Amino acid sequence: MDRLKSVFDEFVSRHGIGVALFISLTVLVWVLVLIALPQVAMLDYSFRHNLSPQDIGGPQDVYTLSNYGFFLFRDGSGTNTLDMGVLGKTILASVLVTIIDVIVCYPIAFILAHSATGVAARLMILGLIVPFWVNEILRAFAFRVIFGATGLINGVGMSLGFWDVPIDFIRANVALYSGLTYTYILLMVFPIYNAVEALDRNQIEAAQDMGASWWRVHWRIVLPVAKPGIASGATMVFMLTAGALAAPQILGGPSNLWFTQLVYQWFSDAGNWQRGSAYAAILLVTCLGFVLLMMKVFKVNIGAIGR
Amino acid sequence: MTKDVALDHVTIRFGSHTAVDNALLTIQGGEFFSFLGPSGCGKTTLLRCISGFIEPTEGRVLIGGNDMRRVGPNKRPTALIFQNLALFPLMSVAENIAFPLEVRGVGRKERRRRADELLDLIALPGVGDKKVYELSGGQRQRVAIARALAVEPDILLLDEPLSALDLKLRHHMRTELRSIQKRVGLTFIYITHDQGEALTMSDRVAVMSAGVVQQIDVPEVIYDRPRTAFVASFVGETNAISGKVASQSGGDVVVDTPIGMLPGRASGGRSYAPGDIVTLFIRPEQLAVGEAANAPSISCTVVKEEFEGSVRNLFLEDKGIPLRLSRVNSGSEGAPLVPGQVVKASYNPEKAWALPATPEA
Repeated sequence: MDRLKSVFDEFVSRHGIGVALFISLTVLVWVLVLIALPQVAMLDYSFRHNLSPQDIGGPQDVYTLSNYGFFLFRDGSGTNTLDMGVLGKTILASVLVTIIDVIVCYPIAFILAHSATGVAARLMILGLIVPFWVNEILRAFAFRVIFGATGLINGVGMSLGFWDVPIDFIRANVALYSGLTYTYILLMVFPIYNAVEALDRNQIEAAQDMGASWWRVHWRIVLPVAKPGIASGATMVFMLTAGALAAPQILGGPSNLWFTQLVYQWFSDAGNWQRGSAYAAILLVTCLGFVLLMMKVFKVNIGAIGR
Repeated sequence: MTKDVALDHVTIRFGSHTAVDNALLTIQGGEFFSFLGPSGCGKTTLLRCISGFIEPTEGRVLIGGNDMRRVGPNKRPTALIFQNLALFPLMSVAENIAFPLEVRGVGRKERRRRADELLDLIALPGVGDKKVYELSGGQRQRVAIARALAVEPDILLLDEPLSALDLKLRHHMRTELRSIQKRVGLTFIYITHDQGEALTMSDRVAVMSAGVVQQIDVPEVIYDRPRTAFVASFVGETNAISGKVASQSGGDVVVDTPIGMLPGRASGGRSYAPGDIVTLFIRPEQLAVGEAANAPSISCTVVKEEFEGSVRNLFLEDKGIPLRLSRVNSGSEGAPLVPGQVVKASYNPEKAWALPATPEA
């Protein structure tokens, strides 16, 4: 609290009381009303029974762990392997998408920061931003068209004679992974670009001059500098991928359920907001825990991500 | 261990701009060789060409007699020390120094041993585990040298490595660099725009201007017997008096200047025809107040006198032509001169050089 006060005092002395009050109020509203309260409300929901309107506030309206229990044991009829499996698969798939994004975006960010100049650089940045102009649903359907049985890729592949029977990219989840990877490319490129751009080009040349091969230059010189950027980008991409709904809904194969789809089903199809909230909380906590674990494994601290 | 570096008619062009024009010289193994010139004269380009980051547009770079065309910087027996040193900030000092060994697959223990050895060599024992940012400017400088030496190069290339240091440290590092070079016995090729560095450290100096090597010689000759007007005016302070050649006999020239007929020497065995436009260069310390036997003198007006510690700089003027005279502040130079006073300034014509006014290619 003392530190907060000193930060505020310093802000006042630098920008004046008016600006300071405006900023602190908006930040307060943002954090409290838009972030904290809805989450708290959802958390509160997740510990309640799904009651009919007339029972709300009545004697039956007590806190319960049954919604979380359902995720673990269904209705007491053994372990809920189905839902847990979906969660596990969602996390794994999100990790895969994140890894693909790192592999794709690291070279892009490096070239953007150290090789591309003028028109080429501007075209590259434009090319990265344009995907965000297209509506997410539209983009997902576009990928369906490209990867469908009669889609562009099957059409070209078959007419060139690479394969005879249409490949089911949708069932194999190629379309889903491609779509998710493509969607979050920008969120990976920019943090890495930010980190790598600060690298002094002489350091690369110095390493080369001392005999370092191309891959060693990257492994020892560029990658350590890019690490906070990769961590920041990976966190964002992972979180957003695990929380994606439209892309799995439209591009996912028939057998592939995303955990967000379960949440959606509880809210919308089953009308059980309490259980939906519990499932959403489970997803959030699992993802957070996973990210923190990964940060520990890769020795990244939160401060580095904020940079 | 040491190898010659030969530049065989090296020309480097960037588009229509010629950065280095037909450089032809040989640097002996074990020599401390400097390229001296103002920024933009092509000296850094030439250094990057020797280290392999730039290929010559024409001509060849030979190291130890081998043509270096299409041999990358990592395959050449050279190590380059960058102007900003380019130490790796995320590695410790020892890791920095041992990086060239790591590249070659030397084991961890052996790397550390070599790094400590090199730290001893540069007189910085025990800092191996520090981070680069914990060192002072001069220490970083030496670490960069140690890292370059870990490459075990035949030739060390230094790109103005002292320019970021403060004056005192710069002077100290001159001595330090020279003594490290003597100790390791390698060829040092040094790039600088600071004539003091070039003259004090080097065995030989090449003075460059606009991509052209103007003169290559030992520091004394560069200073005392400049061969081009650029060298005369860039290296050290000088008085430049333009005029026309009146007569020449052997190496002695008489130049007809606005302030009288002044004798001097024709540099580099040049022969002038009467009427050729030349510039006569006389160093401030070659001018003396008063007349002397067998010495030409110029009578001029005192403008001001500046005290600079070890020397006094006397600013003189005659018919609009400024002259500068410096005399050692030994205390025996007599009464101070007052502005407006008319004095005679004499000089030794053996140390005055008549050089063609237009820079020669």
